[in-house]
Amino acid sequence: MDLLYMTIYSVIILKLMLAGVTFSILFERKVIGYMQMRPGPNRHGPWGILQTVADVMKLLMKEDVIPRQADRAIFVLAPVIAFAPAFTVYAVISWSDTIYAADLNIGVLYFLGVSSMTMLGVLMGGWSSNNKYSLLGAIRGVAQMISYELPLVLSILGIVILVGSLNLRDIVYFQQDIGMWFIIPQFLAFVIYMISAIAELNRSPFDLPEAESELVSGYHTEYSGFRYAFFMLAEYTYAIAIAAFATTLFLGGWLGPAFLPGVVWFLLKMCIFMFIWFWLRATLPRARVSHLMQFSWKVLIPLALLNIVVTAIIKVWMGW
Amino acid sequence: MSIKTETMTLNMGPQHPSTHGVFRLLVEVDGETITKAEPIMGYLHRGSEKLAENFIYTQFIPYTDRLDYMNAMTNNYVYCAAVEKLLDWEIPERAEYLRVITMELNRIASHLVWWGTYLLDIGALSPFLYAFRDRDHILDLLNEISGARMTFNYHRIGGVKWDAPEGWVDKVKEKVKVLRENINEYDTLVTGNEIFQARTIGVGKLTKEQILNWGISGPLARASGLKIDIRKEEPYSIYDRFDFDIPTQEEGDVYARYKVRIAEMYESLKIIEQACEQIPEGDIIHKKGARIMMIKPPAGEAYTRAEASKGEIGVYAISNGKNKPYRVKLRRPSFVNVAILQDILIGQSIQDLVAIFGSLDIVLGEVDA
Repeated sequence: MDLLYMTIYSVIILKLMLAGVTFSILFERKVIGYMQMRPGPNRHGPWGILQTVADVMKLLMKEDVIPRQADRAIFVLAPVIAFAPAFTVYAVISWSDTIYAADLNIGVLYFLGVSSMTMLGVLMGGWSSNNKYSLLGAIRGVAQMISYELPLVLSILGIVILVGSLNLRDIVYFQQDIGMWFIIPQFLAFVIYMISAIAELNRSPFDLPEAESELVSGYHTEYSGFRYAFFMLAEYTYAIAIAAFATTLFLGGWLGPAFLPGVVWFLLKMCIFMFIWFWLRATLPRARVSHLMQFSWKVLIPLALLNIVVTAIIKVWMGW
Repeated sequence: MSIKTETMTLNMGPQHPSTHGVFRLLVEVDGETITKAEPIMGYLHRGSEKLAENFIYTQFIPYTDRLDYMNAMTNNYVYCAAVEKLLDWEIPERAEYLRVITMELNRIASHLVWWGTYLLDIGALSPFLYAFRDRDHILDLLNEISGARMTFNYHRIGGVKWDAPEGWVDKVKEKVKVLRENINEYDTLVTGNEIFQARTIGVGKLTKEQILNWGISGPLARASGLKIDIRKEEPYSIYDRFDFDIPTQEEGDVYARYKVRIAEMYESLKIIEQACEQIPEGDIIHKKGARIMMIKPPAGEAYTRAEASKGEIGVYAISNGKNKPYRVKLRRPSFVNVAILQDILIGQSIQDLVAIFGSLDIVLGEVDA
């Protein structure tokens, strides 16, 4: 019975997530479009809502090109490896009080552990393409993701100390109990998390692995057709997952005034995160690799450690 | 024991997105440091100088449009001025004013394109669209007076082709106000940005000696502390009548070049404003200028130079008394400026390659002529 329930749930989530990715791409293009004083996509369907669908159809009909010099098996496997962990992390996300898949008591650990596997796909894709630009892009990407994984994890530890649990649902209930979202007591951690998440997702201003003007298009230069779409899908799936994770940790998950159901609050809060990322993309230039690394190791990690120490002291002092 | 390392040769172009044209750059990198850079050009070579020998004088004007197509007005001007020098003609006042207004408008358009594409190169998307919006305001104005958006073919030997349409000067005055506000906005959007400054300050430095040794001119020279501007030094046309400054920076890095160009846009706006106030009524072309077959300068040679948006543009024309030039030599600022790549990139990190390359502001049509 449990197995059946899990299967149905994961299929539903997969479908919803595909729709979510479709519309978050549209959302991104619309937001950036309006910020750049142009209408954004508006040809396919009302307000261009079918734009991404049309794009995906186009990619599906493309010839499936695998470079002759590429390492075939790894080349084919890379997009799947990149996508699978990004989707698997949805298991622990609790969309509302009642809608969730796994009430895992190590939810935070599971999320972080599984999601960091994404970079394996990136590295495989860049390496197997047998292309200098792809390889450089992949190396940049992995170096960046590993560097920013640390402040990301450290920023969350403050919350874990306060709650005393790794269960994502417990974290939300704790926020309900103290009547305050963690964005207030853990504001420093929130800022660190936001910055690290952007770097982790390879989004602007940290979109170095995909630096168009320098590396053509980074690790997926040689990918075309649906394999390329899969990398894109993985990227946006992961972005939504990170937004959901942040909502749970810092913005009280599904909590909110009762006139809307919890799941709507959850999705709205996620949209805020997505919007901020798109906003940054429309505003900022790209950072340099070495600056990026220095920023992580010299600024973010010490700050995150400081945050942990201060949180621990406060916890003992307040007796929570 | 030392580990043996190999240098890697990277080929950039001829179809690389950051070159904005067909340009090839071979770089040798030792790890992340560039040890050798070799610009390879000529993909867009059209033999403009040779073509000039087969055309009557006026027929060559459209070809100058296609040198630096971002700044075609100045190219038009400098060629016409060379022939006028051979002919020793007096140019009508109104024509000179129209020339100055169009040249300065074009300079702003050129700098805006640089501003937008440069920021696009270093990863900011929006400035590109903002810059092109304002450039279009300018192109609309130039279209109205010349009939074309980029390849204007507007200046003529002895004056200009068309008089300004009714109300055009007032429109320019209005647009100057809009542009000043918008450029101000761009300045606040980008100049103070931490990421932008981190990427540009101290990067790609050029010393005064390098500038002089390589014959660099224009904003690049001014960003390294050399106060060279032909508009002031050797005022051509009627530039001696306007009150404007030459913005300079001492640092010589990418950021200094950026600031010089932004400041230059304000100065150009100042010139346009004054020119619009002073512009007189009258003829727009020398009375002999319209009969193009009859333009036969006496045998001799002339060199004229002008300050284009990229640097010093010069035309050296030799006449043998016929209605076609004997020889035309073009001194193209982009061609001269791009050579510095061999020097400026050595020892820099490969990460800064695009940031440095973009800051030179070259146009491939002009590099290859």
